Amino acid sequence: MIKYDRFQLANGLRVLVHEDASTPMVVVNVLYDVGARDEDPKKTGFAHLFEHLMFGGSVNIEDFETPLQLAGGENNAYTTNDFTNYYIQLPAENIETAFWLESDRMLSLAFSEKSLDVQRKVVMEEFKEHYINKPYGDVWFKMRELVYQQHPYRWMTIGSELSHIEQARLEDVKSFFFKYYRPVNAILVVAGKTTAQQVRELAEKWFGDIPAGEKYVRNLPHEPRQQEARKMTVKASVPLDALYKCYPMASRTEQGYYVADLITEVLGGGASSRLHQSLIKEKKLFSQIECYHTGSVDPGLVVIEGKLIKGVSMEAADAAVEEELTRLKAEAITEKELTKIKNKTESAIVFEDMSVMNRANSLAIYELLGDVNMMNTELEKYQAVTAAEMLETSRHIFDPLNSNTMYYYSEK
Amino acid sequence: MPVKTNYKLDRTIAPPIKDAIEFELSLPPYQKSTLTNGVEVYAIDLGNEEAMMISWIFDAGNSWEPKKGVAAAANTLLKNGTSARSAFDINEHFEYYGAFLSRAAQHETAEITLHCLTKYVDQLLPVIAEIVSDSVYSQEELEIYKKNSQQRLQVSLKKSDFVAGRLIDAYLYGPDHPYGRYSMPEDYQGLQREDLTAYFDRHYRHGACRIIAAGKLPSDLLARLEASFGSLTIHAPQKGEARPVFPITPATEKKYDVSNDPNGVQGSIRIARSFPNRHHPDFQKMQVLNNVFGGYFGSRLMANIREDKGYTYGIHSYLVNNIQESALLISTEAGKEVCAPAIEEIYKEMELLREELIDEEELQQARNSAIGTILGDLDGPFHVASRWKNILLNGLDGSYFNQGVRIIKTITPEELQELAIKYLDPEAFFQLVVV
Repeated sequence: MIKYDRFQLANGLRVLVHEDASTPMVVVNVLYDVGARDEDPKKTGFAHLFEHLMFGGSVNIEDFETPLQLAGGENNAYTTNDFTNYYIQLPAENIETAFWLESDRMLSLAFSEKSLDVQRKVVMEEFKEHYINKPYGDVWFKMRELVYQQHPYRWMTIGSELSHIEQARLEDVKSFFFKYYRPVNAILVVAGKTTAQQVRELAEKWFGDIPAGEKYVRNLPHEPRQQEARKMTVKASVPLDALYKCYPMASRTEQGYYVADLITEVLGGGASSRLHQSLIKEKKLFSQIECYHTGSVDPGLVVIEGKLIKGVSMEAADAAVEEELTRLKAEAITEKELTKIKNKTESAIVFEDMSVMNRANSLAIYELLGDVNMMNTELEKYQAVTAAEMLETSRHIFDPLNSNTMYYYSEK
Repeated sequence: MPVKTNYKLDRTIAPPIKDAIEFELSLPPYQKSTLTNGVEVYAIDLGNEEAMMISWIFDAGNSWEPKKGVAAAANTLLKNGTSARSAFDINEHFEYYGAFLSRAAQHETAEITLHCLTKYVDQLLPVIAEIVSDSVYSQEELEIYKKNSQQRLQVSLKKSDFVAGRLIDAYLYGPDHPYGRYSMPEDYQGLQREDLTAYFDRHYRHGACRIIAAGKLPSDLLARLEASFGSLTIHAPQKGEARPVFPITPATEKKYDVSNDPNGVQGSIRIARSFPNRHHPDFQKMQVLNNVFGGYFGSRLMANIREDKGYTYGIHSYLVNNIQESALLISTEAGKEVCAPAIEEIYKEMELLREELIDEEELQQARNSAIGTILGDLDGPFHVASRWKNILLNGLDGSYFNQGVRIIKTITPEELQELAIKYLDPEAFFQLVVV
């Protein structure tokens, strides 16, 4: 049970406090309700590039890093398709340094041409490091476009192409900031050795006078239910053939999300999972195979991906995966399997909540989803899932008309 | 902290901070016990969540292997079958209780580590005892391992960072040294079942072992460990038992350009020199100099090569965690066309550290950042366990930690400059770019 206090400043900033006196540290986490899904299709990668610029100095503080490190703090940030999250961990005595830094960059950035120029290059190197200079690095650019024909999950957080990043201009940066990075679109979480009273005072002091901004109302195109099996073939200079299969699933707040999450556990969670046991160990068709889901706020994807054993044909590998899916759609999983995946889920939740930083981060995300108390009801929701529900949801997800298959061939 | 609310906020002024020097840091102690067979248990009972970990650390790293790849295979396949249980049975058992059983082989040691909810540990210990005393290494499991590892390696070999990491170790230590040795896909072919069973028998079943447990521990943990492990043929590392010592034979050439992928758009840059191990008085001092140089986000390499020039997404330098001899390693991936200027800047930063004293503010920033990191780290039981593990495996004791904190707080700019002159000599570095 994670306890928290929740309040809102007059400018709309939502604040959550989680007290934990057992640590000498505090975590100050600021989440902005903007991600790659909110981007202009012609300016993709912008939310993430912008995240880098948040470290390039703010209106009253030239250098973000130095004072934080002087205070013994560490920080980082990440951008997803759904949101952008910044976090600082520092000794509790120095908590105010984090408020000072975070509030100033929410007030306004310095908007330096030099910072934009450098971070464009840094992000382009990040793009190359993770997506160009890596075997199979282009898979998700292609797969997202195949699956999402309407919804902006069509592109990757890093952006759909290098040129979009190259072309980012300072006026784009400014308008993005004043549209999304406003108190009314943000969530502040403070966790660790602090009190609700202290956070209330500091939040009021540092964030209270920042203009509220206009609430961003998201109105994204809805991805219609897929009606035909989609296939794609890629050839690239990689050592092994690989198979990728994606199936659209429920959104984060629907009951179907929990069911789908457990389904991926049955198929791919650990070395006793079905795909591992059947396709790697028994049939020896794959050297690696995984099943997971993208966990996004809007409807995400169940993914099955594997590397084929040399000499195995793509069709045979695909058919063997299909056979496992057919089995999952034909008969309910056993009581033992159901207990196993629920125990695994319980364990994963406990381990994740061990760190104050993760707790702070989760509180922010649940608040974003609309109800911070979800953090305390997640386990019950998983526990309540039945084998019959999983059978039904498997049939819905793994409907052949809902499938997206990529044959990724090694080109000699 | 009283907060005044009735004045106009001056955002240009930083709030006062408590300095790192004022923080008292101490590594929470372990409880040491000994099982009947002499195996030592280090228990760190910390934390609020009902979760724990236990590591069984054997002298079974690749320093002991008679043939390339045996130590890694023997370690990985620990989960793949005993006389009573198949690989599936073992995996299903641990997963049924929501537990994670991981394995890892390093150079001197190899370990098996359990993470689980405290309430299930009783169901898991007997199976781990079975694993470390009765793994069978079936031919079938070995063949699957060989094939799959080979394929995985083929993919890794396409990555410049992976290739660069192996090559730089080979230059530093020599290709026959356990620290510099690496496998090629064909090496897996030579692995025989007998290699693994013999290695298992010597280094696990009759092996030298120590146990580290951390987290919210059950009160009867020791009795449980005794029941499952106390009468096994594992034993404590023998005092004075000779570790195999390998001569270090660094490469004679210092500069390398390797072409790995004709379509590569980035170069993996590794610049490294040998450095004494943790017993040398310069080691912990060098960690402070390294912080300033390339050890954290506020470091000079990061500030110059990423934040000023934009040549890379990230650049880091660190002291390699090797027991016999360490190395100072600088590592980055940079655009192919900016590798040369990036390398030039790395050497310029070395030169600056040799020629100019670090100013007090920068040093204070590095000190405070290091102390803040330790403070954050001491928070969780698993981090504390990993610090103790490192201390114990390096043959050190708790005073090493205290000494390190003292050095961070008190080292002077002059001492750091001396270290820079002594160690940041470009002539001593290997330089490698893999595209």
